[in-house]
Amino acid sequence: MYEGAVQELIDELGRLPGIGPKSAQRIAFHILDADAEDMTRLAASIQLVKEKVKFCEICFNISEQDTCAICRDERREGSMICIVEESKDVLAIERTRAFGGRYHVLGGSINPLAGVGPEQLHIRELVTRLADDSITELILATDPNLEGEATAVYLVRALAPLGIKITRLASGLPVGGDLEYADEVTLARAFEGRRVAGRAAAPQVAPQLPAPEPRTEVPARGKPEAGESTSDHPVDAQTQQRFVVPEMDDHRSATR
Amino acid sequence: MYISQLSLTSFRSYAQADVHLVPGINVLVGPNGVGKTNIVESIGYLANLASHRVSNDAPLLNFGAERALIRGTLHRGNQQTQLEVEITSGKINRARINRANPVRAREILGMVRTVLFAPEDLALIKGDPSNRRRFLDELLVTLRPVEAGTKNDYERIVKQRNALLKSIRGKSKPTTSQENTLQAWDLQLAACGARLIRGRLNVLSLLRPYMQAAYADLADGAKEASAVYRSSLEGEVDDASLPARDLETLGQEEIQELLLTAIEANRSRELDRGISLFGPHRDDLVLTLGAAPAKGYASHGETWSFALSLRLAAYRVFGDDDPRPGSGPILILDDVFAELDATRRNRLAHIVAGAEQVLVTAAVVEDVPEALKGHFFQVSPGQVVDA
Repeated sequence: MYEGAVQELIDELGRLPGIGPKSAQRIAFHILDADAEDMTRLAASIQLVKEKVKFCEICFNISEQDTCAICRDERREGSMICIVEESKDVLAIERTRAFGGRYHVLGGSINPLAGVGPEQLHIRELVTRLADDSITELILATDPNLEGEATAVYLVRALAPLGIKITRLASGLPVGGDLEYADEVTLARAFEGRRVAGRAAAPQVAPQLPAPEPRTEVPARGKPEAGESTSDHPVDAQTQQRFVVPEMDDHRSATR
Repeated sequence: MYISQLSLTSFRSYAQADVHLVPGINVLVGPNGVGKTNIVESIGYLANLASHRVSNDAPLLNFGAERALIRGTLHRGNQQTQLEVEITSGKINRARINRANPVRAREILGMVRTVLFAPEDLALIKGDPSNRRRFLDELLVTLRPVEAGTKNDYERIVKQRNALLKSIRGKSKPTTSQENTLQAWDLQLAACGARLIRGRLNVLSLLRPYMQAAYADLADGAKEASAVYRSSLEGEVDDASLPARDLETLGQEEIQELLLTAIEANRSRELDRGISLFGPHRDDLVLTLGAAPAKGYASHGETWSFALSLRLAAYRVFGDDDPRPGSGPILILDDVFAELDATRRNRLAHIVAGAEQVLVTAAVVEDVPEALKGHFFQVSPGQVVDA
């Protein structure tokens, strides 16, 4: 035990996530040794965060104003809402730059062991938001663990009567990795969620055969057929290119 | 397959022990309480990440130690793999494969295959259903390591769902929101539970013919041994509206439907009790001899024969699953010969003598049948030496 202030600092640091007693002690002594000005700035920024940062009134993302930067941005696609557990998930998806819609932060997942039910999440506020007819698609981006899945299933059940298209992010192999290093569960999921990559032999391979009927349901990538204009659903076509979300298969039984 | 170098650090009674095991038969001899079983238990741990003697890891650590290490060199065909498992009290265990960076211990499941015969096996017949569920689950996970995830997920789903049921318990009627939340967990339980049940049934169908043959061989065919999976669904969904169906003929999706039906039909009962009443965590494997259940009716000798038959069947199932030479499981016979009569002892010895690696523990050399006189190790407190 150290005297007064030092021990108090160690105790406070030790309450932070991922910091054990040894780390707390090391950080405390680093603070003691450090430049007073730097540490004042640290203290001030902690204070400022607690004073200024609040949650967006619309989507519950962190914000310094009543509404967050994403909800204020007029260029964002208002017809799609991506539902995530935490603000940090918004950041993760934003980094991909693959999604141009808006978000809704639930503030966690359904976790009975931790005493978190739907009432503790921002689901009522989501339902209120959905009264707006311009919203046509909800993307469930809760974590791919049991609690995240349960939350997704719950949302499907609770929101199905509204008649809005609901999709769930696919799970599969990490990009840039080796197949052999993928863990079995991920690999098995990737197998279950496999997609059609090609059909019977292409005409170039077997020129003597009569040309096959054009398959309109799987147009060749990058060569859209002449008659097949995408102008009827410009929004859909655009989002298909930018953010490929397969239709939700896993929870078909949820709305049986 | 066989393990050549086994090294234990702070494991059970050993501060440090290095044993150079050989392919073929290894016999560990020493008086009671010197740590013979600890050696074979460590190999079982490499295979199942669980001990056959205790259900939690704390007793595996040398008294006062914070972590224990089990290292072994596994030979499978021409392949040689360094395995290392670190058991830490109160933390998640880690494993290292070929001295690479530590990964989750689960990654090594399925690499080492063992079949262990031990006095504790009597509980397979006489004990409560959890013993038999564990037998099927361990076999399933070793054969199909991906199912370790199914099992973990299932256990967590049941915990979550029970917490939810308890929180609603006592209220006259669940609210719509509570009902929806429950249904979300119902679906998870049914999907994951059906997968686990289907996996167990697959294992059982592989085991059954070998088990019956082994029992007939060990007990001179006086009675017929049989094993039937008894589901918690039995009697719940096979009522007048649903024709009686044999679970074993059903696919995973059909079982999932049955589970959901049972759960939804018994909502108020589950809410009264505050626990999940349906699913693989409430199932059993019913073993019968002739017309009578083995539990309670079998004699001591019959109980032994039945337990040995189950283990021998597991050995055969591994053999079918991977018939390549050098891939057969390691057989461990922990202190079983002293318990068996001469006939069973010799028959068992004869069957296991052909395995790629056999580990036998015995208090005295005289307990070891002639057919299993292989490489001897003398075990004394805290050390193992070639004899």
